[in-house]
Amino acid sequence: MSAILKAENISKQYRLGTVGTGTIGDDLKRWWYAVQGKEDPFLKVGEVNDRSSFATTDYIWALKDINFEVKPGEVLGIIGKNGAGKSTLLKLLSRVTSPTTGTIKTKGRIASLLEVGTGFHGELTGRENIFMNGAVLGMTKTEIRTKLDEIIAFSGCEKYIDTPVKRYSSGMTVRLGFAVAAHLEPEILVVDEVLAVGDAEFQKKAIGKMQDLSTGQGRTVLFVSHNMSSVRSLCTRGLLLENGETTLIGSVDEVLNVYLKSDFRRNSWSGEDGDGSMKLLKAEISSENRVEFFKNTEPIQILMKFELGENFSDIVVGVAISSSVGNPLIGLLYNDYNEYSKIEAGTYQVSFVIPPCSLATGDYEVEFNLSIPYVKKFTTEKSSLSFSISADSSFGNKFFLQNNQNFNSVLRPNWFKSLSKIN
Amino acid sequence: MNKLENNDWLYEITPKRKLIDLNFKEIWRYRDLLILFVKRDIVTVYKQTILGPLWYFIQPLFTSVIFTLVFNNIANIPTGGVPPFLFNLTGITAWNYFSQCFTGTSNTFRNNAGIFGKVYFPRAIMPLTTVISNLFKFGIQLLILVVFYLYYLWQDYSLSPNLNLLLFPVYVLMMALLGLGAGMIISAFTTKYRDLTVLVGFATSLLLYISAVPYPLSEVGNNIPSLAWVVKFNPLAQIIEGFRFMILDTGIFTWSGFLYTLIVCVILVLIGLIVFNRTEKNFIDTV
Repeated sequence: MSAILKAENISKQYRLGTVGTGTIGDDLKRWWYAVQGKEDPFLKVGEVNDRSSFATTDYIWALKDINFEVKPGEVLGIIGKNGAGKSTLLKLLSRVTSPTTGTIKTKGRIASLLEVGTGFHGELTGRENIFMNGAVLGMTKTEIRTKLDEIIAFSGCEKYIDTPVKRYSSGMTVRLGFAVAAHLEPEILVVDEVLAVGDAEFQKKAIGKMQDLSTGQGRTVLFVSHNMSSVRSLCTRGLLLENGETTLIGSVDEVLNVYLKSDFRRNSWSGEDGDGSMKLLKAEISSENRVEFFKNTEPIQILMKFELGENFSDIVVGVAISSSVGNPLIGLLYNDYNEYSKIEAGTYQVSFVIPPCSLATGDYEVEFNLSIPYVKKFTTEKSSLSFSISADSSFGNKFFLQNNQNFNSVLRPNWFKSLSKIN
Repeated sequence: MNKLENNDWLYEITPKRKLIDLNFKEIWRYRDLLILFVKRDIVTVYKQTILGPLWYFIQPLFTSVIFTLVFNNIANIPTGGVPPFLFNLTGITAWNYFSQCFTGTSNTFRNNAGIFGKVYFPRAIMPLTTVISNLFKFGIQLLILVVFYLYYLWQDYSLSPNLNLLLFPVYVLMMALLGLGAGMIISAFTTKYRDLTVLVGFATSLLLYISAVPYPLSEVGNNIPSLAWVVKFNPLAQIIEGFRFMILDTGIFTWSGFLYTLIVCVILVLIGLIVFNRTEKNFIDTV
């Protein structure tokens, strides 16, 4: 099958710092070069986008020579660290801004969902806003009218549909916005992380709808998210961006593998964290000898190796697990079920095991803790690890999405006992 | 890939800019959006106000009263036999339409940065919305004008429009084009250089005085002949004078002045379109 969307050598240059009076000089220079028929002098400068190093020029390439193709019905997941260029790419695809060089060709209408509820006006009622938002996203009045009941039902805002949107709760506004977006029928849908809103039930509905769009109706979807489990469950292919350049395009498993191994999302760490009296040497999260892609049906082992420079009477050794946005979820302490006792200088190894079928799918952060209670903590964030758990599709249900916004049920244990017909 | 497939692309997103890239087909496809925006503009302005749409009447009436007191009763500017209040109301009605189109359009990019930054639709929709929704307000204000016109007729003033009234649609179009063109040029520059927003604020209120709104065009020639050209070559003054001429049959009308104004309006809109078009693609990076 031939591609429905094709990006050829697209690059996007941005100017760093404030755009202001200083730019008029550059503008004049650019204009002077154009008059003489020369190339834009500022396109030659510009660095690769690396946030951590100081820039030497004021111009930077947010995206550089991106090439990819998407075939009809494919769901392409675009992943990368913060600042890798994901949002810039989406902006280009949705024609909000144009590339500095290169072309994007498409055979279908692109509808973009960089935000839900674009164009909502507080003074208008829910119903009026459905029309407003639908039209902004490129639907015609008749299209919206035929789907109006469906949209209202999907949003779950029937009762408030004739109330001005400014009286809505933020959750309701989002639901209404997503309901409109979910009923768009473009050939290509570009979605930013809009799923990170709403309660768990609504997220499930939203993901289900997205899957329905791609598998059921054969639409092409480009999806950007930090939620690895939703990328994994929705996407068929992946595009990994790093510093504005494509690192890898391939199957979603392959791309996620590479991404999770990159240091942002690491499952193991070794070095020295602490000082002479107490330090962490190694930390690792693994599952049945693998260090990535944990399934919810497997046990997950957390291992710590630490060194004590002197004798201590009592110390805390433990792990704190939090959601990817930092809500504390679980504390695992050696001391909880073991007495404090004298512990000699030396090197130790401690391991914790999360039993299979206990945590919900999602992304987790792990921070290690070596400390003297109420006195000093020796470990810092530099040894922190993260991991994500995805659903084992061979078993029963699929989506127990851990809600990152409002912490939801994080435990999904297999405590089911029996089901029998009694009547 | 075969050749046919390569030509199949629905559209391309490229950095290249054509000089004027106004896609009427696309704007037509988004006509529902245009209608909704216009409706939104009209409906939401006076929501949660007590007087509601009455505000559309109050503003021109009060301005006309003040103008009459200041310019006609205190400064004694002659109005050519027409009741001064009516003279001012006519000028202000026309002026309001222009100035609202102008200020509305000149804020297009800044006011809509939020929505423009999230979703694509033909950007020209926004200035068009401004022009059309202000046309609605203009219609309402025209209604007051008619009411007062009839009142003065009933009071036995000798008033009559002349044949030029046939040019009425052209005058409205010229006002819209002028507001649109100048507004689009300003809007494009304000995305980068905010200075212009400050300028536009007070420049429009000053522009009123060199546009022959509170006085007839002939008065400038009589009193300050050395500076009369400023007003005479101001297309807006020509429009306002012409507008008053066809309704009140007072003032000067020349075909050369009319043509001159029409040409200026068209040129301004063309420049506006070019500048607007250059800006709309990348403004989100600089706004």
